[in-house]
Formats: sequence, structure tokens, C-alpha cells
Amino acid sequence: MSVDFSRVKTYGDTLNDGAMQLSFTLPVPAGDEAREAARQIALKMGLESPAVTEMSDLGAGFTFFVLYGKCSHKVDYSAIKIPKQQQQILNFKEVNTLIKSELGRKIVVVAACTGSDAHTVGIDAIINMKGYMGEYGLERYPEIDAYNLGSQVPNADLLAKAVELNADAILVSQVVTQKNIHLENLTELVELSEAEGQRDKVLLICGGPRISHELAIELGYDAGFGPGTLPNHVASFIAAELIRRKKTGK
Amino acid sequence: MQNKLDLDRSKVDLSRQMAGHIAERLHSWIGDYTTTTTERAAARLLGIDGVDAAGVPLANVMVDQLQQAGLLDRGLVPWLAKAVVARNQSPQQVAEALEQGDINVSETEECPEEKWREIADDLAQKAAAKIRAVRVEREKKLEEALPPGKPMLYVIVATGNVYEDAIQAKAAGLQGADIVAVIRHTGQSLLDFVPYGPTTEGFGGTYATQENFRIVRKALDEAGEETGRYIRLVNYASGLCMPEISVMGALERLDMMLNDAMYGILFRDINMRRTFIDQHFSRMINAYAGIIINTGEDNYLTTADAFDKGYTVLASQFINEQLALRSGLKEEQMGLGHAFEINPAMEDGLLMEIAQAQLCRELFPRSPLKYMPPTKHVTGNIFKTYLINGMYNLVSVMTGQEIQLLGMLTEAIHTPFISDRYLSIENSKYIFNNARHLGDEVLFAPGGKIQKRASYLLDEACKMLKEIEKIGLESAMEKGMFADIKRSRDGGKGGSGVIKKAAGYYNPFMDLFVNHATLAEGRNS
Repeated sequence: MSVDFSRVKTYGDTLNDGAMQLSFTLPVPAGDEAREAARQIALKMGLESPAVTEMSDLGAGFTFFVLYGKCSHKVDYSAIKIPKQQQQILNFKEVNTLIKSELGRKIVVVAACTGSDAHTVGIDAIINMKGYMGEYGLERYPEIDAYNLGSQVPNADLLAKAVELNADAILVSQVVTQKNIHLENLTELVELSEAEGQRDKVLLICGGPRISHELAIELGYDAGFGPGTLPNHVASFIAAELIRRKKTGK
Repeated sequence: MQNKLDLDRSKVDLSRQMAGHIAERLHSWIGDYTTTTTERAAARLLGIDGVDAAGVPLANVMVDQLQQAGLLDRGLVPWLAKAVVARNQSPQQVAEALEQGDINVSETEECPEEKWREIADDLAQKAAAKIRAVRVEREKKLEEALPPGKPMLYVIVATGNVYEDAIQAKAAGLQGADIVAVIRHTGQSLLDFVPYGPTTEGFGGTYATQENFRIVRKALDEAGEETGRYIRLVNYASGLCMPEISVMGALERLDMMLNDAMYGILFRDINMRRTFIDQHFSRMINAYAGIIINTGEDNYLTTADAFDKGYTVLASQFINEQLALRSGLKEEQMGLGHAFEINPAMEDGLLMEIAQAQLCRELFPRSPLKYMPPTKHVTGNIFKTYLINGMYNLVSVMTGQEIQLLGMLTEAIHTPFISDRYLSIENSKYIFNNARHLGDEVLFAPGGKIQKRASYLLDEACKMLKEIEKIGLESAMEKGMFADIKRSRDGGKGGSGVIKKAAGYYNPFMDLFVNHATLAEGRNS
């Protein structure tokens, strides 16, 4: 089997079969017409031979579909370039050793869920002593002073705290993404920090289930962390970036 | 069936006794204070509704003016009753006149105490009668409806737009949901007022307003009528306006309220004294209205580790139970919370979940336990999440949980789509039916992993309660004993709304609702 990376199609069980599954709801009552409508949607999406394998009446005039089809589109995988965090991921001990030897001072990190967001599960996983999945949180790092300001912190307060503590990095968690509230919120922090002349003095880092490094860069952050991130990933980035800036004089 | 874990009953009794002492210690001072929202709740009970031109509720206008004039330490009711006498107007008319600037709060005519008290008590009796009528209406509807299966299926809607919520709530009811909660706008808990009217913009949920309650209630009643069932409506008597939201729920026939004694302190950084005082009056109202409360122990396990800190859930349930009893709630009204949050990668993690769920069942046999789904360890892999939710449903049916908040396969991705809710209902219906009597058939190996885990949890909860009994609940929270979150005694939001009662303080509802509680059936200790 040889894959042509310049013309990649979705895969079921045979190369280039284009197989794909999807599920969605239509705001129409269940029935033969609904099934046909679902099929037509799939055709318009570029799925050939769409087959509705399940149609369920959701009540109140809604119908749910599971559908299979063969996607006619191809993509050029070989031409894709994604910005990535370059630094190596170190463990708890290695990060602390690195900070001590290369930076020679403690790193100050301020973290919060900003805006109206009250979901602290992400920021807690990264910051709190206990950490997540067996990885200690930043509070546990002897070479890091971490401040978790909790939930629903206004961007202005977060920035003020960062200035007060002379923070090296600000960590923002955004879990609620309804109507793209997280984008507004994240952008506001960047704008505020620029307006206050703080942007170059501090690393801005965001995280959350719908955050990627690419998105973060686009929004003007130094880094972004998505689902599955562990505290040492974040710590590795902060340490490496601060050391890089120290060596290059920013 | 309810003694599968071979628990040491003396430890159970001791835990309950210590939790009772912890609650008593809080109650040694709770009665000495009132709060702004407690007084606003009294205003709402007396019929004060509406907002001023700036959108400030008239209940806030009145309480703010009384507080500024230094009169709130006697309570809102005496002042209002005097104004009602002096002006020969209804409470609402007085509130409107106050908002218009026609009344100076400091210059209300005095009148003989027996006169204003008679008026106050009469108005309070009428308000209580209104709540009783709503309660009777619920009981009548419940009698006429098909009984729900157990566990009851609880789903959430969270569109931010109440009209969209109503559509989704109704659809969920038609699909088989027994209980629908309208998730609140994430910022509402920190608002020191209750927004007014129908709302169409909110993030992560929809504002709790009395009009929004009414709109969704109507939609659920429609779905109930179509299916011959009664669909329960849930909202949140939490945050800075706990008692006021309880009043709204009591009047609009909500059936359940998220109403934890400590949640606001821990997870919203609300002032401790404020929360303890507010939860008391809020729960008294819920007790009187026949509303089932849901407590929030599940939240501990999203910040702290569910395996390591499982016992903190038990300790908190004992405390929540004892505080609830002191506010007149019956055990049948206490939906004590816990959750299925142990890391699914753990070997025998399922056994640990069974131990905790069965333990809750055996410790609180009359409580309609509220079981919360996995959220912390689920990812965007919807297929795996759907399977984990199936395991959660299995544990629930075999351990006799009652209020099952259905896990969504798209947890960690977005607020539920209509199809997510449908699939979660299908998942639970399948398992609840397919494993209906599994619990009756299964016994646990004596001294096996499940019994050992349950006994360990009880031991640890017992130790924790002993420590809290010694230092007091406030100090325990300062030390971060719950959810690994530390809160200072005097910190947090809303502390300025706590007022020491002066001699002559009067709130007729305290007596009305308490008398009801002592008359009500049900174990009281």
C-alpha cells in the first residue's frame, strides 16, 4: 500500500475509498422526506453514495441521522505546515533543574479563568499542587511561584496582579466557548496588555479544550495548550522560552 | 438489599452525630444575622416585583435604601408593614413609590407594634398560602402522571436563550427526560441581584429570572401533557441570591434546586458567613415549597482527585444533610450529590465507583441521591465517552441512585446538542431496562475490594468529620479540607451584605416556615 501524500482521501478499509461517517440533526419531522433531505445534505458536502443507516425521531419536529458516504475530496498532506512549540518536554525534576541552572531565579506564574468563565478544571489541573494524571501542578515546583486566581477573574484584574507580582507568565484558561466568548475574552487580554505596555514583559499563554497552539499564536499569545496538556508541558515551555529570551536579550 | 457493604454501623452513627455538632456550631450564630438577599427574598415573598428604569429590581431598591439608612438590621418587613399601614397601599405600591422618590425611608410614620405586626403576619400568611397552592398543584399533577422510572433521567439545556431553551426542554421531555435543568449563565452566581424578564443572551447558560422560569415551566408542562408524565424543572438557588431564587422557584413551580451549603464559598469565592446565612433561609423556603434540593459534592471531584478524595464527598454529604434538616428539609427532599469521576484508566476503577455509589445509598437510604456523570477524564473521543457513560449508568442502576444526570458524549466539546441529549437518554434507557434488577442479584465478596473500599471511605470520612468537629467548618474550609480549595473566613464576595440583627428584628417567614418544618413528617435527626 503506498499512499500519495499529495492526494489524501479519507479511509475506511481500502485506500482512497473516501469512507466517512457523520451524524447530525435536521429540524424536520422524521420520515421518508427527512431521510432524503439528509442524503441531499451529504451529497452537497461532497459525499458520494450517501446511505442513512439510522434515522431517529427526536420529537418536537427534529430528526437525527447517522450517515455513511464516500468523500470525493482530496487534500495535499505534503504541503501542510503547522507552527509548533519547538522546545523539548521535560519532566518535573528536569524543569526545576533547568530553571535553577540556566535562569538562576524563580519563575512567577499567574493563572486564572477569565471573564464569566467559572470552569476551573483546566487551570486547576495545571496549577494546583495535586496536578493531573500523576503530574504535579506548578504550585508544587520549587522553582516556580504559581498563583491561581480562580474563576471569573476580569482580564484587567489578572493583568494588574501580574504587574504587582512581576510575573513572568500569565496563564489563561477558557472552557466556555459558546458563541466564541473565549475568543473575545482572550483577545481582550492581549489588547489590554499591549495598551498597558506589558505585552513584551510577560509570556501570555492560553489553554482549554478548544485551544490550539496555532489559534493562540493567531490571537497574539506566545503559546496555546489544548486537551491532554499536563503541567510539565506548560512548565517546559515557560522555562525554555524565558531562558531563550535571557540568552538572546529578548 | 441495603446492607451489602457490611458497614460498621457505629461509625455511621458517629459520623452523623459529629456532622450534627458541626451544623449546630454554625447555627449558634447563623440566627444572629441577616443578609441583603434574605431581606430581598422577604420583599419578593410579600409581592414586590419589577425593576426600575435602570433595570435594578425593586426589591434591591428597597433593601439598598434601608441599608444605607441603617435600618436593615431590624429587617425589611417591619419597615414595609409600617409603610403599608401609613400609606394604605400594597407592598408593591410602596416599592414603586420608593423607587419614584416619593418616600424617604427614614421618615416612615411610626405605628403601634400590634398594628404593623398584624399587617405583616397577614401578608406573610397570604404569601405562604400562595406557595402552598403551588405545592398542591405539583402534588396533583404528580398524582395524575405516570410515575417516573428509577433512576430518573436528568438532562440539561444551556442555549443562553430562554426561548431556545424552552424548545430544547420540551424536546427532551418528549424524548423521555424526567427532569430538565436550565443551566445558568456562568456569571450569574456573582450578581447581587436577580435579573428580570425573559432573557436571550447568556454564556454557558441562561439567566435565572422569574419570567424565564415561567416560560420553561410552561414548555415542560406541555411535554408532560403530551406524554402523560410530569417533567420536573430544575434551576440554581446558589450564588449571591440563594433565598431570592428559592422564592422565585417556589412561586413558579420549580421541582428541584441546586442548593448546596458550601458550594458558593468553595467554587465561587463567596463570603462564608453570607453563604451559611443565605443557605439556611433558602433551604427553609425550598422545604416549605416541597422542592428537592441537589447538593454539589460532585464538584469536589473535579478539582480534587476522585479516588484520593472520595471520602470528602461523604463527609460533606453528612454535613449537608445535618444543615438541611435544620432548615426543615426532609430526607426525601435531599438530593445529596456525588459523581462518577475516577480516572477510567485505573484498574478496577469501576469497582471503586460501585463502592462509593453503594455506600452513599446505604448511608442515606431515604435521600433521592443525585449522581453526576464523568466529566473530568472524558475527551473529545465521543465514542469512548459514550461507553464510559454506559458504565456510569450501569453503576447507577445497580446501586439504586435516583437522580441521574445523564452524561453527554460531547462533554468537553460543547454544550449539548439536541441529538447528544437524545443519545444519552437512549443509553440510559437501554441500560436501566436491561439491567433493571442487577442490584438485587449481586452481592459483594465479604472482605473483597468493594467492601474494603467502602469501609475505608467511611473510616476516612469519620476521621475528617472528627477533625472538623474539633476546629469548626469555617476553619476546615480555611485549611482547604474540601476540594483542595482554601477560603479565608472573612474573604470572598458579598461579605458587606451580612448584617447583625438588632433587637426588634422581624421576619415572619422564619417562624412560618420553621413551624411547618416541625409539623412535617420525616426523621429530624
